[in-house]
Amino acid sequence: MERANHHQNLTSRFSRLQIQMDGEELSAQETALYDRQIRVWGVDAQKRLSKTHVLVNGLNGTAVEFCKNIVLAGVGSLTIMDDRIVTEDALNANFLIPPDAVKDEGSSLAELCCDSLKEFNPMVHVSVERGDLTQLDDEFFDKFDVVVVSCCPFNNKKLINDKCRKRQKRVGFYSVDCRGSCGEIFVDLQDYSYEQKKTDCKSGCHLQYPSFEAAISVPWRDLPRKVSKLYFALRVIEKFELCEGRNPGDTSTSDLPVVLKLRKESCDAQSLNETHIPTGLLERLLAAGAKEHPPLCAILGGILGQEVIKAVSGKGDPLKNFFYFDVADGKGVIEDISPPPTNADGTNGQP
Amino acid sequence: MASLDSQTEAIKRAKVLMVGAGGIGCELLKTLALSGFQDIHIIDMDTIEVSNLNRQFLFRQTHVGQSKAKVARDAVLKFRPHINITPYHANVKDPEFNVEFFKQFNVVLNGLDNLDARRHVNRLCLAAEVPLVESGTTGFLGQVTVHAKGKTECYECQPKPTPKTYPVCTITSTPSKFVHCIVWAKDLLFAKLFGDKNQGNDLNVRSSDGADSSKHTEDVFERNLDEDSEQYARKIYDHVFGYNTEVALANEETWKNRNRPRPIYISDVLPDRITKKNAKVENGSTESAVSAMSSLGLKNPQDVWSLVENTKIFLEALRLFIVKRTEDIGNLTFDKDDQLAVEFVTAAANIRASSFGIPLHSLFEAKGIAGNIVHAVATTNAIIAGLIVIEAIKVLRNDFHNYRMTYCLEHPSRKMLLMPVEPFEPNKSCYVCSETPLLLEVNTSTSKLRDFVEKIVKNKLGMSSPLIMHGSNLIFEVGDDLEEDVAANYALNLDKVLAELPTPVTNGTMLKTQRRI
Ligand SMILES: [Zn+2]
Repeated sequence: MERANHHQNLTSRFSRLQIQMDGEELSAQETALYDRQIRVWGVDAQKRLSKTHVLVNGLNGTAVEFCKNIVLAGVGSLTIMDDRIVTEDALNANFLIPPDAVKDEGSSLAELCCDSLKEFNPMVHVSVERGDLTQLDDEFFDKFDVVVVSCCPFNNKKLINDKCRKRQKRVGFYSVDCRGSCGEIFVDLQDYSYEQKKTDCKSGCHLQYPSFEAAISVPWRDLPRKVSKLYFALRVIEKFELCEGRNPGDTSTSDLPVVLKLRKESCDAQSLNETHIPTGLLERLLAAGAKEHPPLCAILGGILGQEVIKAVSGKGDPLKNFFYFDVADGKGVIEDISPPPTNADGTNGQP
Repeated sequence: MASLDSQTEAIKRAKVLMVGAGGIGCELLKTLALSGFQDIHIIDMDTIEVSNLNRQFLFRQTHVGQSKAKVARDAVLKFRPHINITPYHANVKDPEFNVEFFKQFNVVLNGLDNLDARRHVNRLCLAAEVPLVESGTTGFLGQVTVHAKGKTECYECQPKPTPKTYPVCTITSTPSKFVHCIVWAKDLLFAKLFGDKNQGNDLNVRSSDGADSSKHTEDVFERNLDEDSEQYARKIYDHVFGYNTEVALANEETWKNRNRPRPIYISDVLPDRITKKNAKVENGSTESAVSAMSSLGLKNPQDVWSLVENTKIFLEALRLFIVKRTEDIGNLTFDKDDQLAVEFVTAAANIRASSFGIPLHSLFEAKGIAGNIVHAVATTNAIIAGLIVIEAIKVLRNDFHNYRMTYCLEHPSRKMLLMPVEPFEPNKSCYVCSETPLLLEVNTSTSKLRDFVEKIVKNKLGMSSPLIMHGSNLIFEVGDDLEEDVAANYALNLDKVLAELPTPVTNGTMLKTQRRI
């Protein structure tokens, strides 16, 4: 009897200790480091952030900005993937790698970025995963709460998005693309519930996100009238790259005639006036190719970081489901492009 | 593409000045370097603190205490070794940064955190005729504006909200919000106990205007030779939370439409002395920073302490100041990074709040209020820095038709998270950037030149070293390089009324004032 009691005491003390080790309380070190941001989003959000695991695939300038932002914010872990060997082009908008690393032939882009990211915040576990994300086991995605792909070919984007959707737990999917001075972010949080705080009263909110494929399948004539021209332009260029077997951004102005033909085909099929996709815009996008404009990387990487923080912490309205920024007009616009709800309960009937 | 090339060229040739190497500054310096800027000068007087590290990503733990401008430069040169970055670990208000200095730049980019420095840079940019890109962030909100003389409004064309102040009696007698208790604890009690004894302090009023002032004189705050530190702390406690509240209650008029406060005496809250059980802590805490929280075993700064806990912290913090920081007493001013000071102010504010029926707050919250700590995140700073560079490039290309003022919003407005608007025109009656005369209504036969200089020119127009002219006659100027007889003459003028100056100022007189260069 006495022994049993003694044993019980031990385990209860032990489990309490475990809870503390789990990070239920922020350490003094964390409180000091995160002081200013805890004043923005609160301790609970900070705790949730510190238990979040993020995967980033494709380390262009925007992705690097995003990585910096969430490492500083204090996520639990960040895993980065990019097996490319460092070239001068790859460093155009990259502030993590010194230029003499171009000579360092043994290391991949991800490995070199990893070393710098670790320094930003010793409390975040940063690591590299090698290989092709589309080829990894589906279970691999279970390790993450958030997956971000950058400059990802159309088919791979769809594939990775679907892999995220098939997991038991919710794996948030984000894609980001930068072409010169224009950029697009896509968000898929699947079924997402959160508390909306409006002047002292809280109300439950529910959002249903379509997959990338389902979103871009919405007929153009069903879209609201003033949808960003970038949305249409990027779909045409996406189609062009798919047909020609090009990598994202592997374009030049000499591709314009073929792209204009595709524009006509698409607009005819979707009964959209071609003026919604200005030739000048297509030309700019083709000319820019994969070259990034660093101020745009900072802006998109910032918005993306903010969105991930919002979604993880459940604080604030998350973006649904596209975001556009064009340096030419300076507008940062949200577009909700979802299939119309078909069921009586308001869900949209998408798988 | 010709236009892209000309843009690249303009960026390469540009010489830019950044003011501020903090939250926005770190992001800005990085984005400028990546964008191809090659000649960047950066001014910041601050040194690096731990709480900067969550967003000022160019800095590491090992840099704490070093110059922000210099460390930022070294960090950026690692990934762009061949550009020129010139750091100045100095105050932008230093005289070396004069109009001539500003004139060498194509554009000035502000990443500042205070009104005063922003106004100063605005005026220098106007005088040097260099366009200014101004910015600011709090939490998820941010803003970028372009100020170009004659083309867009200047930073001061619209009045700016000034820092909040509170009526003295709200602080001394009738607090209704927690912030009032913080101001009392920080500016009155803390200053009275640990600050400069020669400074005026409204806490005196309460201790000497009572009926039995013979007993409760200012000497209450002096420690008697036979008192130990805890006896002294208990005496102060009873005086400020008990006796002073009784005195205030005696004035019935005050409480007609207010909730009456409850006097709090130490014997009600903590009947027994804590005494010597702290002995072991005293040995342990010699090396690390002195803290009442750690001596009492309170760990979480997010917890809201009870009245008893606040009382214990108050006594312990006061005791620790006396025992461990004796030499600081008499010349302390409140510093949000001084743990013991924050603990003391938190506890004192909470005890007062408790007395007045105001909800108590955690040390974390109290520190934010007492230290005017800005809410800051990395992402907003990164976005704002990107927007600054976009506007800076427009300035370099002289593309002023496309200048935009951009708001970074927390909640979308008309689908926009980043909302550009056309910049405002200069305000024609702006006393900073317009030439339009200001009308001053003043009695010229009773107002002295001194009043005009102090109240109007220095206070209202914000010119700290002005030069005032009447036609071609100098009436007054400020400077340490003046000839003795000239200075004496100005001193004489100061005490004359306006109508009796050597060149009289009367109805309809036009005066010109300008910053002395
Ligand atoms: Zn003005």
